[in-house]
Amino acid sequence: MGYVALVAFGLVAPFFIYPVLVMKVLCFSLFACAFNLLLGYTGLLSFGHAVFLGTAGYVAGHALKVWQLPPLLGLLAGTGAATVLGWAIGSLAIRRQGIYFAMVTLALAQMVYFLYLQAPFTGGEDGLQGVPRGSLFGLDLADDMNLYYVVLAIFGAAFWLIQRTIHSPFGQILKAIRENEPRAISLGYDVARYKLLAFVLSAGLAGLAGATKTLVFKFATLTDAHWHTSGEVVLMTLVGGMGTVFGPLVGATVIVTLQNELADKVGSLVTVIMGSIFVLCVLAFRRGIVGESLALYKRMIGQKA
Amino acid sequence: MSEIFGIPMQAFMGQLMLGLVNGSFYAMLSLGLAVIFGMLNIINFAHGALYMVGAFTAWLGLTYLGVGYWQGLLLAPLCVGAFGVLIERSMLHWLYKLDHLYGLLLTFGLALVLEGLFTNIFGVSGQPYTIPDELSGAFNLGFMFLPKYRAWVIVASLGVCFATWFMIEKTRLGAYLRAATENPSLTQAFGINVPVMVTLTYGFGCALAGFAGVLAAPAIQVSPLMGSNLIIVVFAVVVIGGMGSILGSILTGIGLGVIEGLTKVFYPEASSTVVFITMAIVLMIRPAGLFGKEK
Repeated sequence: MGYVALVAFGLVAPFFIYPVLVMKVLCFSLFACAFNLLLGYTGLLSFGHAVFLGTAGYVAGHALKVWQLPPLLGLLAGTGAATVLGWAIGSLAIRRQGIYFAMVTLALAQMVYFLYLQAPFTGGEDGLQGVPRGSLFGLDLADDMNLYYVVLAIFGAAFWLIQRTIHSPFGQILKAIRENEPRAISLGYDVARYKLLAFVLSAGLAGLAGATKTLVFKFATLTDAHWHTSGEVVLMTLVGGMGTVFGPLVGATVIVTLQNELADKVGSLVTVIMGSIFVLCVLAFRRGIVGESLALYKRMIGQKA
Repeated sequence: MSEIFGIPMQAFMGQLMLGLVNGSFYAMLSLGLAVIFGMLNIINFAHGALYMVGAFTAWLGLTYLGVGYWQGLLLAPLCVGAFGVLIERSMLHWLYKLDHLYGLLLTFGLALVLEGLFTNIFGVSGQPYTIPDELSGAFNLGFMFLPKYRAWVIVASLGVCFATWFMIEKTRLGAYLRAATENPSLTQAFGINVPVMVTLTYGFGCALAGFAGVLAAPAIQVSPLMGSNLIIVVFAVVVIGGMGSILGSILTGIGLGVIEGLTKVFYPEASSTVVFITMAIVLMIRPAGLFGKEK
């Protein structure tokens, strides 16, 4: 029921709301869902996830603009690059646990950020601009409405994939690792391999979000790879509800809309507001919007939360 | 002019000195992180922001109240420490029973708030802080000129690091602290007020960051963003050293500063990434960190 309403809303949304904004929300929702797969279901806090978004953005942009590849191949190239990078960073980071894992991912992401700052193909501080959207199956993607339905389809497919992953035996093992890692090990699971696989999957999907974002905005910038963006995706997941299916979607919608509304009104105070939401969420709403609503609903029908 | 590996001696020694200066900052900040982590089990993401607040407190004091450098060096860390106590009592206090990640997320939020506030008031460009008269100028060592202020930064931070080490490892208060780190409930059963110690430890760690900030103020420009890029490097330093040992944190901090300085001489392109590369190598060879114990 909920799914049908959501799909219906997705199909008619661009007639009421500026399609580029909805596409931005979809890209960040996908990014947050990918991140939630790692934080919410595996219990790994990666503080450098923006690097996958940024990498895929650059690679996809480069493939579309310089190599003149068609859009699907461009998206594939970006996603592939993020997956490979995810494997490299993941296999280093899973050597440490808990709080160290967060610091390692952050530091490695910062290293890649510095590389992009200096590398010629990223255009440094100017970014990679003028990426063509091309056309797909005869549809001209330069038209926002055409592109919108492509982006919606990409998001739907990726969301479905994440759903399937969570409810698969693989997803159950990930949850077991989150709940009690030593027990998962004692049950005979090769925890390191499962963690790495979850990390790579999450990085790849974050990459898909980044590549799609480049296609939408026709540029890729350093901001996407900056640690501020990594913080934002944590915030989206936290606001929406960690470890819930729709949480990241709600969180990304709230945060992107808020930023969009506030950007020209309060200027640099946006950071202060984002930080305050962070503090407030951690202190009072740790289950996020979706998590708290579910708990409230359960209380109302008389179940224990 | 003598040369080392084809690099003029002057440039080599200059970068080595700069590396030592940066290394002292890494050492002081990673020491503060390690002390806080030992007691509270959280990573203080706001550490870089508090370092920035320390520098700004000294700058504001000098510009608007006429508080000189030396008084600032004492007062600013006290202010930052008091601020830290306030944060601990009002917010962190509620998170100890939860997953450690929440402490990281909360302090990350605080860092954003502080950075955003200062950026909003002072803009992103740096404010100059004049070096006090006693420390301006340079020593002529014959083979190089050593700016007095740089020498002072190294001496002062090593002094503070040593004092911290002495306090934790050799005094009665330090013994309580170590006991409370090891087993808080048992320590409390012996009649030591552990919650107060936790609060004071956090305040002390923050004060260390504030002190580093004041020391840094004349050496680099005081800017709202000075802490955020530094803190990530310090995280890498902490991962390399491991947070188990006080001396380990100090040594790793200084060592990495020197490595970074030398990279600037021989291969400047890699100077911003060398610390992270070192971290990756250490993770491959010794996952627990150089001085860390695998838990």
